[in-house]
Amino acid sequence: MHVTAVQTDGVFSILWLVIALPALGALVLLAGGKRTDKWGHWLGVATVAASFVLSLILFFALLGKDEGERQYTQHLWNWFSAGSYSVNIDLLYDPLSAVFLLLITGVGALIHVYSVGYMEHDERRRRFFGYLNLFVASMLVLVLAADYVGVFLGWEGVGLASYLLIGFWQHKPSAAAAAKKAFVINRVGDIGLSLGASLIFVTFGSTSFAVVSAHADKASGATLTAIGLLLLLAACGKSAQFPLQTWLLDAMEGPTPVSALIHAATMVTAGVYLIVRSNFIFSLTEDARTGVIIVGTITLLMGAVIGCAKDDIKKALAGSTMSQIGYMVLAAGLGPAGYAFAIFHLLTHGFFKANMFLGAGSVMHGMDDDVNMRHYGALRKAMPITFATFGIGYLAILGVPPFAGFWSKDKIIETAFGDNFLVGMCALIGAGVTAFYMTRLMLLTFGTTKRWEKGVHPHESPKVMTYPLIALAVLSAGGGLLLAGDWIVDWLTPVVGEHEEHHLAVGAVGMSLIALAVVAAGVAVAWFLVGKRPVPKEAPSKVSVFTRAARADLYGDAFNDEVIIKPGVVGIRGLATVDRSVVDGLVEGLAVALTAISATFRRVQNGLVRSYALTLLGGAALVLLTLLAVNFG
Amino acid sequence: MSVTPFIVLSAILFTIGCVGVLTRRNAIVVFMCVELMLNASNLALVTFSRANGNLDGQIAAFFVMVVAAAEVVVGLAIIMTIFRSRRSASVDDASLLKY
Amino acid sequence: MVAFWILAPVMVAAALGLLFARKAVHAALLLAVVMISLAVLYAVQDAPFLFAVQIIVYTGAILMLFLFVLMLVGVDASDSVVETIRGHRLFSTIAGLAFGLTLVLGVAQVSFGTVIGLDSANKDGNVPSIAQILFTRYVFAFEVTSALLITAALGAMVLAHRERLTPKPTQAQLAAQRIKDYAEHGKHPGPLPPPGVFARHNAVDTPALLPDGTASEASISRVLAARGTVKSAPDIAADINELDTPGGDA
Repeated sequence: MHVTAVQTDGVFSILWLVIALPALGALVLLAGGKRTDKWGHWLGVATVAASFVLSLILFFALLGKDEGERQYTQHLWNWFSAGSYSVNIDLLYDPLSAVFLLLITGVGALIHVYSVGYMEHDERRRRFFGYLNLFVASMLVLVLAADYVGVFLGWEGVGLASYLLIGFWQHKPSAAAAAKKAFVINRVGDIGLSLGASLIFVTFGSTSFAVVSAHADKASGATLTAIGLLLLLAACGKSAQFPLQTWLLDAMEGPTPVSALIHAATMVTAGVYLIVRSNFIFSLTEDARTGVIIVGTITLLMGAVIGCAKDDIKKALAGSTMSQIGYMVLAAGLGPAGYAFAIFHLLTHGFFKANMFLGAGSVMHGMDDDVNMRHYGALRKAMPITFATFGIGYLAILGVPPFAGFWSKDKIIETAFGDNFLVGMCALIGAGVTAFYMTRLMLLTFGTTKRWEKGVHPHESPKVMTYPLIALAVLSAGGGLLLAGDWIVDWLTPVVGEHEEHHLAVGAVGMSLIALAVVAAGVAVAWFLVGKRPVPKEAPSKVSVFTRAARADLYGDAFNDEVIIKPGVVGIRGLATVDRSVVDGLVEGLAVALTAISATFRRVQNGLVRSYALTLLGGAALVLLTLLAVNFG
Repeated sequence: MSVTPFIVLSAILFTIGCVGVLTRRNAIVVFMCVELMLNASNLALVTFSRANGNLDGQIAAFFVMVVAAAEVVVGLAIIMTIFRSRRSASVDDASLLKY
Repeated sequence: MVAFWILAPVMVAAALGLLFARKAVHAALLLAVVMISLAVLYAVQDAPFLFAVQIIVYTGAILMLFLFVLMLVGVDASDSVVETIRGHRLFSTIAGLAFGLTLVLGVAQVSFGTVIGLDSANKDGNVPSIAQILFTRYVFAFEVTSALLITAALGAMVLAHRERLTPKPTQAQLAAQRIKDYAEHGKHPGPLPPPGVFARHNAVDTPALLPDGTASEASISRVLAARGTVKSAPDIAADINELDTPGGDA
């Protein structure tokens, strides 16, 4: 749909404050140093909470407008201009940004509160909150920018914050390596975004959404496909989609609130946002959309399979995140029919996955930071609130009615079947596998028998941690209400456009029943394989090829090692040799030659003042001769 | 009274001064040659003053003399200092600042 | 023009002498010739003030300063004529000739127009006219030269100054040292004997005779002894004899 926004007025002119508050918080916390240690974390919470309140005010103000008027831009300043090209720092507030604002600031505020408890004993808590605020500010820039360059600014900002937070416990080599890995792989995606933005500029002469959306249909199909594929590459990097998925599992080295906020609820969904935001491009290019669908489908299956084999509770959840984002990307690839459901699933996933990650953090908090699920078991009595909230998240991700996930995932599967039977089947199987690994996770953690390590005394987390859990559980349970009366679809229509309804042979209800049956089968399999058997404390080593592959992240890292890193190392070694022998040889040879020449000519500097005077007189004679030759010649 | 003979004389004296600076090694004599060059230029200035019919040339010559006096005072003091430490007034001996 | 044609060859010859004089004193005297001749040429060219300044400041003060320094450095030292830098003299001569010939040829070809002369400029007298310009148009430069002269004087003082490294001995210390020398080395503590008891011509080069009839080396300057201008003992003896024989009243 075209972006034809009007200038902000009235209540909408506070839009910039939504970004400015967390940015100010980050500035104060990071520049303020130790003197902010005492109250810094509450400042971090306060800025994000205030942003949430502003977002709510803006949301209701937008709700009060007619459907056609729900787009506002705020011009802040001109960033730079070169010739006819100028980039303004403009904010775009429309229904899509509005829901993102609520998700980021809402979930962000809850996670900030949770972090106050979770990071209580960390010496560098103030810095942690500074980074979190920086992340929130960057993410808000990303979703509010009215320009691809502005999006890029936020995109890099969240990448930086993600890097800083994954490596927050930098004393652990694994965390430092994970941060580096995330950063490098994200660069690959960022190249996609920068090239995409450049191609957009070359094609349209501007990078603002308004201009691009107005002229998108005039560009050639091949160009649009190229732009779409480049943006898809960007989305793959940021959203951990195949083939750039490997960083997300390692990113779990960061503190759990980070995993919840950045690597589950918000940042990793930026790719979905980018695709939906660029709907005016993707709507016009079938080929790029097909690419998006393929990537989404592969990732949703890969993530689910990886999730089945992980014993690390956070990595299992990370696999699940990959898989769920795969669903969103798949939905986004389905075009106008799927955009709204992609965003819908993004929102509900943001609720229940943040809920479960925070629950996992709560479990780790009680289990002395042990992440191995084989050391858990029977925690439902020790941690009742965590269990209850986690359970709601579990039901939500499974897609059990009436929890949030049912409404969103079901719609995606339904739409996928409407587009292509094979893709639909993949989505359906993914739902079954999801049921399996989530049930396995639940059973290993909260069910079965105690397998605790010695000296571990599980206990419920403090209230500052459980209240956010309860709030997110409520959202996970009730998030499906957003679909009531097709509200979310209508709400997003000004952004993503109208879509035609699919009518499946089995009908919507029949589809839901089939999906539920598949989910039930997955739960049953998990019950018989995990719940009915004793769980060994050590992961069994004699396992099938498939389990081994899943444990090795389906060889994503091995593939990268073999195909990219090893040839790269060989190539770089070769280049280094060339550099040493040829380039350095040239340079050093030049230096040697110059040294020899200088050694000869420096003899001229013999220290005898009379020699210098002779050259002076010789020069004067030459000048005189020249003057004479010019004047009388 | 023509001007040219005076200027030619001035040029000849100046050149002799130049060559003296180049060939003599005794710093004091080198200094004398520099004075000779200054005097040669003074002759030219006085001559031009007469040719042009104003006194600016003479004023310039006067200033040259003042500057020469100052220069000689400092220069000779330097020569004295060097002589005191090196027991030599040869310009070739002070050649440490080289390659 | 008569003065010019007389003085010009003298000046060129004297200047060339400057190049070839082996003794620095000779060079200074030759330079004095050039400078005085220049002063005459200034006078010829209606510049009586510069004539006086040239004589007083240049020949009188600056050249005397040169001579003074020469005395300090060693008036007798004569330069070696051997050139130490290879090819330097040849190239200097070539460059000098090239420069001089070009300059002379160039100047000779220039037409300087009609000579106006200083009759009107010197209407009120040369010195008042120069003062008129110097203290109006050139007053700033004039003041700046005063700063320059002060700086130069201070600079010369700083350069010529030598720090005293040991404390100055008092008279008591000197006396004690003298007695100590006498005790340790037998050095005579009193004043040295004066020379020239038998003053015939230049008394300072004639050593005093000790009571035993030998000449006292301590009574004459060591410099004179080093130059070998001291009358030797036999010469003195001969003198004594000469004095003794005819008159016999000594």
